[in-house]
Amino acid sequence: MPSTRDIRRRIRSVKNTAQITKAMQMVAAAKMRKAQQAALVGRPYADLMNRILSEAAPRIVAFKHPLMEVRTPKNRAVILISTDRGLCGALNGNLMREAVKLNNGATTFIAAGKKGAQFVSRTKRRLAAEFTYADPPTFAEARAISKMAQDLFLKGEADAVDILFTNFVSTLVQQPKTVPFLPVAEIKPVTVGVNPPDQPLPAAGQPRTDVFEFEPDEKSVLSALLPHSLTFRVHQILLEARASEHSARMVAMKNASDNAQQLIKDLTLEFNKLRQSNITRELLEITTAQMAVS
Amino acid sequence: MPETLKLEIVTPSAKIFDDDVEMVTLTGISGEMGILPRHMPLMTQLVAGEINVRKANDNIFLAVGDGFVQVTGDRVSILTDMAIRAENIDEAAAEEARHRAEARLAQKLSDEDAALVHASLSHALAQLKVKRRKGK
Repeated sequence: MPSTRDIRRRIRSVKNTAQITKAMQMVAAAKMRKAQQAALVGRPYADLMNRILSEAAPRIVAFKHPLMEVRTPKNRAVILISTDRGLCGALNGNLMREAVKLNNGATTFIAAGKKGAQFVSRTKRRLAAEFTYADPPTFAEARAISKMAQDLFLKGEADAVDILFTNFVSTLVQQPKTVPFLPVAEIKPVTVGVNPPDQPLPAAGQPRTDVFEFEPDEKSVLSALLPHSLTFRVHQILLEARASEHSARMVAMKNASDNAQQLIKDLTLEFNKLRQSNITRELLEITTAQMAVS
Repeated sequence: MPETLKLEIVTPSAKIFDDDVEMVTLTGISGEMGILPRHMPLMTQLVAGEINVRKANDNIFLAVGDGFVQVTGDRVSILTDMAIRAENIDEAAAEEARHRAEARLAQKLSDEDAALVHASLSHALAQLKVKRRKGK
C-alpha cells in the first residue's frame, strides 16, 4: 500500500511529464503550420514547371535523354525519407514496415533522415548513402539526394529508383507512399504540396510537329531541365515528409498529454481516498483510546 | 493599343512578376535576346543577369538567377531560382554577398559547396549589375 507521500510524488512527476509533452505539442503545431506553408509556396513554381514540361515534352522527338531510358528492373534503389528524431508516433514504424516488404537482395537504399539509416544498417540491408535534411529542407539538400539517385541510375547500379516517404493526407492521417522517380519514362507532373492532386498533364500525349525552337538544342535544354525538375520533385517530397513528421509528432504529444491528465486524475482520486481513510482511522484510534481511559 | 506579351517570372518562393508587357530582353545561354509579341515558340536556358521589361514606355529592370525560359506565341514563362526588381535590390547586401562568395571561392570546396557559392556569386553580381546600371 503506497503512502500518501508516494502518491503525491508520483502526481508531481506525471505533472512534469505532461508539461513537457504539452510544450512539445505546441512546438510541433507551430512547425507543422510552417512546413505546410512551405509546401504551399512552391506551388506556382511547380505549376509553371509542369506547364513548361507538358508543352515541351511532346515536341521532343529526335532525342532521348539517358535518364529516360527504361530497363528491366533487376536492381532497384529506394530513397527512404524518414525523420531524424523519434517521438512521432507510428510514423517511422509504418514507413519501415513498407520498406521491409521490398526485395532484400536487389534493393539499395538511399537514406534521408537518421531513423531510416539506422533501420537499414540494423536490418543489414544495402545502404548507398545517408543524407540529412534541415527543417525546412533546403534546395541544396534535395539536389544532393537527387544527384546521388541519378548517378546510381546512370552508372547502371540501379535500373529504377523509387522514393518511399510519408505522404501528408491530413493532420491526423499520414500514409507511407512509394512513388517512382527514375527512369523518367514519361514526363509526369511534379507532385506538389500538401495533398498533391494526381491529375495527368493537360497536353501530354501525341508528338507534335509544329515548330518549336530549342536553343541551343533539345539535348542541352533537356539535360538541364530534367535534373532540375527531378531535384525540385525531391524537394517537394522532403517538404511533404516534414509536414507529416510534425503533424504526427503533434498528435502523438497531444495523446501523451491527455494520458498524463487522465493519470493525474486517477492518482488524485486514489490520494484523496487514502487521505480520508487515514483520517477515519486516526479518529477511531483517538475515540477508542478515550473510551479505554474513561 | 500595341500588342502585348504575358510575362510570368516565378521562383520557388514566390511569383515575382505577372503582367502584360510589350517587350522582354533577357540573357539566354546563347546570348542576349529581345522577345516581342508573336515570337517564335522557343525554349532555352536563362543565364544569371538582368531582364529588361518594357511596358507602356517604362523600363522595368530585374536581376535574375539561372533558370529556364519558355516562349509560346503570346506568353513568356521564366522559371528561375532568384528574381528581384531593381528597386528592391539592397546594393550593400549584394556587395557583401559578393565578397563573401569570392572569399569562399578562394578556399577549397567540395563540388556541392562550390556550386552553391557560384550560384550566390552570380546572384550577387546580377543584382549589382542591375543596380549600378540603373543608377547611371
